[in-house]
Amino acid sequence: MEVPILKQGAFLIATFQAALSDADLNQLRMGLVQQVVKFRSRAVIVDVTAMDVMDSFASRTLREIAHMIRLRGAETVIVGIQPEVAFAMVQLGLTLEGVATALDLEEGLAYLNEKFRITNRG
Amino acid sequence: MSASEIRVEINSDQDIVIARQKGRVMANELGFSSGDATLIATAISELARNIVSYARSGEIKLKGINGSNGVGILVVASDAGPGIIDIRQALRDGFSTSGSLGLGLPGVRRLMDEFEITSQPGKGTMVAVKKWRQ
Repeated sequence: MEVPILKQGAFLIATFQAALSDADLNQLRMGLVQQVVKFRSRAVIVDVTAMDVMDSFASRTLREIAHMIRLRGAETVIVGIQPEVAFAMVQLGLTLEGVATALDLEEGLAYLNEKFRITNRG
Repeated sequence: MSASEIRVEINSDQDIVIARQKGRVMANELGFSSGDATLIATAISELARNIVSYARSGEIKLKGINGSNGVGILVVASDAGPGIIDIRQALRDGFSTSGSLGLGLPGVRRLMDEFEITSQPGKGTMVAVKKWRQ
């Protein structure tokens, strides 16, 4: 199952489906980094609203994606972690340290717009 | 009111997804809250991943159970892989031999109510976990 990556101005938006296998996640990691390079994107929003489970592999892959994208000089925001998924992640001891998160896609876009507006001024 | 037993063969990362989805469906059928169903599905995902990472193949068995605590779900992950030499070490947070996060087993223990592990080096591992409906 491939994850669609949408280009929205200087940002990329990747929307996760419910049933992503490890192979899908690895493919997404490569795809996102390549697209960030191709489009010279400033930021990536990863929308995980539909994800039913965030296990150790999925959260490690998200951290790796964020780290790679940061090395490219862009930023990652994870949006839409469901309350139940967040609860399970905490129980499991998983963290997304150093990765920005926002409530949903709208909040994620607002966060990035604000951030880059300020950056552009300063 | 125990649902029938389901077996899911675990041979690849795709099977991890299948196992956790079947676990969630069974948890819903048994009347678990969707929050608890997510905890159960997450635990199944970790157990199935351990099978793929360490033993390559095995199976996950899901079963509705009745006990003094009421209705519950039993998840048994078994494989004929290399086994675990030091179980106490494997249950410690942060320990891993496959280069993964090493949160698997202690995390699964926190997600579920009951946790039992038996392993024989060279013969395989069996992890049985239960969660009771609130």
